[in-house]
Amino acid sequence: MTFARITMILLEGFGQTCLLFALTLLFALPLGLLVSFCSMSKFKPLQLITKVFVWIIRGTPLMLQLFVVFYVPGMLFNIQLFGSDPQGRFTAALVAFVINYACYFSEIYRGGIEAIPRGQYEAGQVLGMTKTEIFFRVILMQVVKRILAPISNEVITLVKDTSLARVIMVAEIFYLNENLIMSKGIIWPLFYIGVFFLLFVGVLTILFNYLEKKLSYYQI
Amino acid sequence: MAYLEILNLNKSFGENHVLKGIDFSMERGEVVSVIGSSGGGKTTFLRCLNFLEKPDEGQILIDGELLYDAALSYSDAEIREKRLSFGLVFQSFHLFPQYTAFENILIPLNLRAFERAAVDKLPFRQRRALKAEIMAENKVKAMELLRNVGLEAKADAYPCHLSGGQCQRVAIARALALSPAILCFDEPTSALDPELTGEVLRVIKQLKQEGRTMIIVTHEMSFARHVSDKVIFMADGVIEEMGAPEDVFDNPQSPKTQAFFSSFEEEI
Ligand SMILES: Nc1ncnc2c1ncn2[C@@H]1O[C@H](COP(=O)(O)OP(=O)(O)O)[C@@H](O)[C@H]1O
Ligand SMILES: [Mg+2]
Repeated sequence: MTFARITMILLEGFGQTCLLFALTLLFALPLGLLVSFCSMSKFKPLQLITKVFVWIIRGTPLMLQLFVVFYVPGMLFNIQLFGSDPQGRFTAALVAFVINYACYFSEIYRGGIEAIPRGQYEAGQVLGMTKTEIFFRVILMQVVKRILAPISNEVITLVKDTSLARVIMVAEIFYLNENLIMSKGIIWPLFYIGVFFLLFVGVLTILFNYLEKKLSYYQI
Repeated sequence: MAYLEILNLNKSFGENHVLKGIDFSMERGEVVSVIGSSGGGKTTFLRCLNFLEKPDEGQILIDGELLYDAALSYSDAEIREKRLSFGLVFQSFHLFPQYTAFENILIPLNLRAFERAAVDKLPFRQRRALKAEIMAENKVKAMELLRNVGLEAKADAYPCHLSGGQCQRVAIARALALSPAILCFDEPTSALDPELTGEVLRVIKQLKQEGRTMIIVTHEMSFARHVSDKVIFMADGVIEEMGAPEDVFDNPQSPKTQAFFSSFEEEI
């Protein structure tokens, strides 16, 4: 087992990690907005259902949710939602991650939206703006600025949470590494993985700092 | 025929009957000040005119034409259109923080101009051309409005870099951008440090000279006396007294008005 060979194996796993990370964000960021609208809905039953759902998702371990998404449809209802091939496992993990993160994001969005003073809406209204115009032209950018820091925290947590996909045997970096440890009895790749994550998080931190700077031209 | 006529305006919040049948009219180019102790319903009155609150009862006529009748129901789009007859300057400005002073004026102006010209219905290329044309026009207009409140030099400043007085002047320019028939002010200087009220009051005086029709809720008594054609004293949701400033200030008839002025003098 050469260093290069191990690097290749780990990179392959890291590729899956990155893919899971990127796809989760791609779906969870907009879905979270939808969930936050539901949790602020004037239609009380929808609001209640959404709030209970978000409470459950945020109140239980992501690992449990991974198991539930992957095993429960088949075992309880005999529906084969996700195959047990790598593809199916990956999809199941993605679904669990998207649901989980959409709920976390929705709470951040809700906090951000509710923090915008009513006067901003009213100023838009008296200027004849439509509800849509007020949201996209007035509110949204202020919300983005407010939520950037908490979102960046969640995103960085997501990088590390992807390793949980291992529990349903998604071939992410830890899963592949475990094979190495088991079959070859070498331990150092474990620390090597740490470097992968540190680099990834480092890049994200720089990106978010840049965005924060970009948005610092005004104060709320 | 009065320019603005309000008939029997009523508004309750639950059990709290805040406006108890306001009847009121004013002429084009008139400036009316509304004074009274807090909780009397002055803000609610202005908010009803701008349809931020839905009146329970009453009618609003402009130039003899019925604009709004609480007994009828209107769509959001209709309310939006009716709202443009009135402008509102808030006590705490409510400028959009992410836009410069200039953009604060320009953006609402553009949005309404695009809507009026129905640009969305045009094919892409025509739409772009028309939008560009409208925007060029509006930029000139927005700059004109800023110049009018003496803030041309601050066009590119964000609200967080402006003083309270400057913010309020931008807010006034923004409210004027859509050429409302009647401009309302809700305590425009109450959120300002005393040394900054002067610049805002000067702008309002200048608007009077330009012939704007304005309703000003204020606690600046000497300003109200000098700038208004008519003063309204409002208490507990009714117009307690209304008349020329000399009459209301120097010779108030209603006991409530007298009590208000004597408590006001005590404070000073
Ligand atoms: N949105 C609201 N909901 C419930 N009560 C309100 C609301 N707005 C105003 N009020 C009540 O209406 C009364 C008049 O308030 P307001 O119009 O703000 O008076 P003013 O501007 O003269 O101080 C007060 O008793 C206030 O508590
Ligand atoms: Mg008030």
